[in-house]
Amino acid sequence: MKKLIVSPAPHLHGKETTKSLMRDVVIALVPSLLVSVYYFGFSAIKLALVGIATAVLVEYVIQRYIVKTKITVNDYSAALTGLLLSLNLPPNSPWWIMFIGSVVAIGIAKMTFGGVGQNLFNPALVGRVFLLVSFPVIMTDYSIPTSWFREGIDAGSGATALSIVKEGLAKGMTMDQIFSQNEFSYAQMLFSKIGGSVGEVSAFALILGFIYLLIRKVIKPHIPLAIVGTVVVFSGIFWLIDPTHYTDPMFNVLTGGILIGSIFMATDYVTSPMSNKGMIVYGVGIGVITMLIRNWGAYPEGISFAILILNACVPLINMYFKPVRFGKGVKHG
Amino acid sequence: MSKTFSVGGIHPKDNKISVGAAIENFPLMETAYISMSQHLGAPAEPLVAKGDKVKAGQLIAKANGFISANIHSSVSGTVSAIELLPDLAGNLVQHVVVKVEGDEWDEKIDRSPEIVREIKLSPSEIITKIADCGIVGLGGAAFPTHIKLSPPPGKKAEYLVMNGAECEPYLTSDYRIMLENPEEILIGTRIMMIALGVKKAYVGIEDNKPKAIRKMKELCSKQYRDIKIVSLQKKYPQGGEKQLIDAILGRQVPSMGLPIDTGVVVQNVGTALAVYEAVQKNKPLFEGVVTVTGKCMTEQRNFRMRVGTTFESMLFAVGGFPKDAEKLVSGGPMMGKAVARIEAASVKSTSALLLLTEEETKRKPEANCIRCAKCVDACPMGLEPFLLNRLSRAGRIDDLEVNMVQDCIECGSCLYVCPANIPLLDTIRLSKASVLKIMRSRPKK
Amino acid sequence: MTTTIIFTIASLSVLGLVLALILYFTAQKFKVVEDPRIDDVETILPGANCGGCGFAGCRAFAEGCVKAGSLDGLFCPVGGNETMKKVAGYLGVTVADKAPQVAVVRCNGNCDSRPKSSNYDGYSSCAVMATLYSGDTDCRYGCLGQGDCEISCDFDAIKMNPRTGLPEVDEEKCTACGACVKACPKFIIELRNKGPKGKRIFVSCINKDKGGVAKKACAVACIGCTKCQKVCAYDAITISSNLAYIDYNKCKLCRKCVVECPTNAIWEVNFPVRVPKRDTADVEQQ
Repeated sequence: MKKLIVSPAPHLHGKETTKSLMRDVVIALVPSLLVSVYYFGFSAIKLALVGIATAVLVEYVIQRYIVKTKITVNDYSAALTGLLLSLNLPPNSPWWIMFIGSVVAIGIAKMTFGGVGQNLFNPALVGRVFLLVSFPVIMTDYSIPTSWFREGIDAGSGATALSIVKEGLAKGMTMDQIFSQNEFSYAQMLFSKIGGSVGEVSAFALILGFIYLLIRKVIKPHIPLAIVGTVVVFSGIFWLIDPTHYTDPMFNVLTGGILIGSIFMATDYVTSPMSNKGMIVYGVGIGVITMLIRNWGAYPEGISFAILILNACVPLINMYFKPVRFGKGVKHG
Repeated sequence: MSKTFSVGGIHPKDNKISVGAAIENFPLMETAYISMSQHLGAPAEPLVAKGDKVKAGQLIAKANGFISANIHSSVSGTVSAIELLPDLAGNLVQHVVVKVEGDEWDEKIDRSPEIVREIKLSPSEIITKIADCGIVGLGGAAFPTHIKLSPPPGKKAEYLVMNGAECEPYLTSDYRIMLENPEEILIGTRIMMIALGVKKAYVGIEDNKPKAIRKMKELCSKQYRDIKIVSLQKKYPQGGEKQLIDAILGRQVPSMGLPIDTGVVVQNVGTALAVYEAVQKNKPLFEGVVTVTGKCMTEQRNFRMRVGTTFESMLFAVGGFPKDAEKLVSGGPMMGKAVARIEAASVKSTSALLLLTEEETKRKPEANCIRCAKCVDACPMGLEPFLLNRLSRAGRIDDLEVNMVQDCIECGSCLYVCPANIPLLDTIRLSKASVLKIMRSRPKK
Repeated sequence: MTTTIIFTIASLSVLGLVLALILYFTAQKFKVVEDPRIDDVETILPGANCGGCGFAGCRAFAEGCVKAGSLDGLFCPVGGNETMKKVAGYLGVTVADKAPQVAVVRCNGNCDSRPKSSNYDGYSSCAVMATLYSGDTDCRYGCLGQGDCEISCDFDAIKMNPRTGLPEVDEEKCTACGACVKACPKFIIELRNKGPKGKRIFVSCINKDKGGVAKKACAVACIGCTKCQKVCAYDAITISSNLAYIDYNKCKLCRKCVVECPTNAIWEVNFPVRVPKRDTADVEQQ
């Protein structure tokens, strides 16, 4: 007689695995990666490769030799962290910046907490913020490297739109003056070059990734929509009050990593809330803090800090914002 | 647009590969092993002794206690033993073993094929009859039907909801009876409506069974205008009674409540057929439709089978044990029980024998929780399985109660969706039992 | 300049004073009067907080000792007689000696003698498995081998042996707190007297099935043949529902039953090795 398998119900299991979910996120990043390769050429490929390789290697070494646990590098989560971090650096960053960033992201932000699923903060963002405060000059130099594909491209401005605005405002200029000195076109922001990190060169490519993630049901739209909505409302109010000193909502959404941050960083499973209500609270929190930093803080952008701050609040959010229970509020009788 | 329930749910592939197989009579077995614990509640008390002659449909065991049901012989022959035998889980249960001789039915049973439409009995007579015939809920839990049809004092039923959703993948027994015996089901429904004193009944059927919906709707529009067929979206666990009421009537059963708290009684369509046969044809519940199916099998069958048939003989009837079948499941793949002993016998509520391959059913090694919240989205009760699992493993009973572990309906959606293969329901089921035990031991306010 | 310093000192002093007063009155208001002896008894106790005494930790036990007045029925299994004597001495009461106990696993159906009849594929927990079915072997009483006892042990004293699939108790570490006894859903583990120099004899099986059924499921099951009962001169062995049980208070450790048992279900522990009559390797518990 054959030995039967006996187990508690259910006896069927879904096809999704950690690996397949992470792979889907990597796939969703491919359009952005391709656009960045088109604009920045070898530099973008180099950063992505160094980022992925370092992240995977660091996780492997730690799991194999330090923690001595089961090795999970093939679940794409380390690779995703490396890739995301590479897309969050200025295009002209040297390779060793990427290396340090990946080591910090995986070694400190992920593995010290116990590996995948245990980290409190988004590893890629910890890596980025670490680099931002440690190497501020390199991390704010957004000059564009020469590309194979687009010979003779005008060497970039070296600053992002948001930092131009911030500096201009500090000099006492009004918005009209700043905008007249610099060309900002929304069409350009949507599809192509605007000073910024590697991955956010094209808003369109990011949105394409977002749609892919939604179709594959990898993420839910709550967090990105809450962030973008909050940014629009917040900046809209100030823009309507005083258009000479505050930028308009569209400008705010398309610059400074709002899209890449809200679609790929804030929706990171591990560091985002579990219930729909919690996700909205989390998204609104990120939006508000980002705008506070942008309008009154020291940094021109701010979504990285906002996400990290809200990451810390996630356990609390999970505790207070429970999913809608079935039959709640119905009385016996 | 078809209706569905409001919270959670999953969409497993429905795999109803045995839909086309018409119900056929299962060849009579040589020996019937009739369990005395075929229902929720206390085991029945055997009335026969070794050596007694019995006929099919003869009462052989009496309900013992308030929640219990009568048991009738499913075959004719001689009682060869009354002994403890393993059930499908290997636990010893008292069985009456009957050596089959011929197929003689109790004289009272009307075996003619005519449909008896006129309902003569009064509500109390109906309930007595159902209790006498040992009818239990055939939706899976096997709760004695006569108790469900007698709401506790102070509670009044407003609607009867019939469950024809059959949301579990693979199962087709309810579908086949809806197709082959639709009128009997509707008469059975009406009998239960009379017993409950309700004016309106709904039959919920998932829209992956369009033929059954069409057939039932046709009949209802002619003769059974007080019964409404509701087409439901395909979503698991639609057949859970709380989910079904929500889907059809938009009412939510409160936490720790019963459907009757919202004025609804839920019954399975299979039960309706059994009720019809009991009340109109005097036939006690001793046979039922069992789907024998599986991807690893060459033929898919729907059998009308006597209670007490061993799983072994079912396998024999479909051509032996397929080589790549690794797990036998009695019931649906989401909530059915794994069979540990193939020498165990079927009971009244056995609806299917499902053969699964290793690839389909084997659990993958558990990985870290990535807090993807898929389980939270899937839970039809709006619970947080990931949290309940963590609390269960830490043994934090108080927090488990605060987080409503007692509301879990054990549908298995969380475990199904989990990408990290965490045995969520295994731990939750365990802690739910301990929480319920503590809650019940508390003095009532 | 001076005014700033004076102002600072003054304001800080006032602030300090006010906060001190608040603290003082709060402490007075919420003061809990507690018997100071509870603290002292607690320091005598081992502080393992295992709950083996039946209280919710060492402090609760200390409170129980102080409030009860006498130490009847109170026993700290971890500290043993020594600790109880100290507590008794401190409280000025007497305490009777209690024989030291040890956890004993009453199943010896290892992978060879009790072959698996199904493959369990759920959460690795005896409790989950026990609610699901009778077990992955034909024996309905035997060890499920998922190691709930190992997890329950605070003292690292009970370990699953991957070779036999059964738990093994480390006598040195076992404090007889009873956590594993409660954790085992099959009630296999029992607390028994340790015996002189650790010598003890017990039936390592709890199968209540009829002899034939038990033997078929497991080669080393107790089959209830009553041979041990007949050979016992001290009336220590009782047999109920096909299962022998040795009363450790009556057993004089004569070892006659051990030899008599046809299935090797009776175990002797910590005896000198006798003339090799049978394979002692699988008899030795450690």
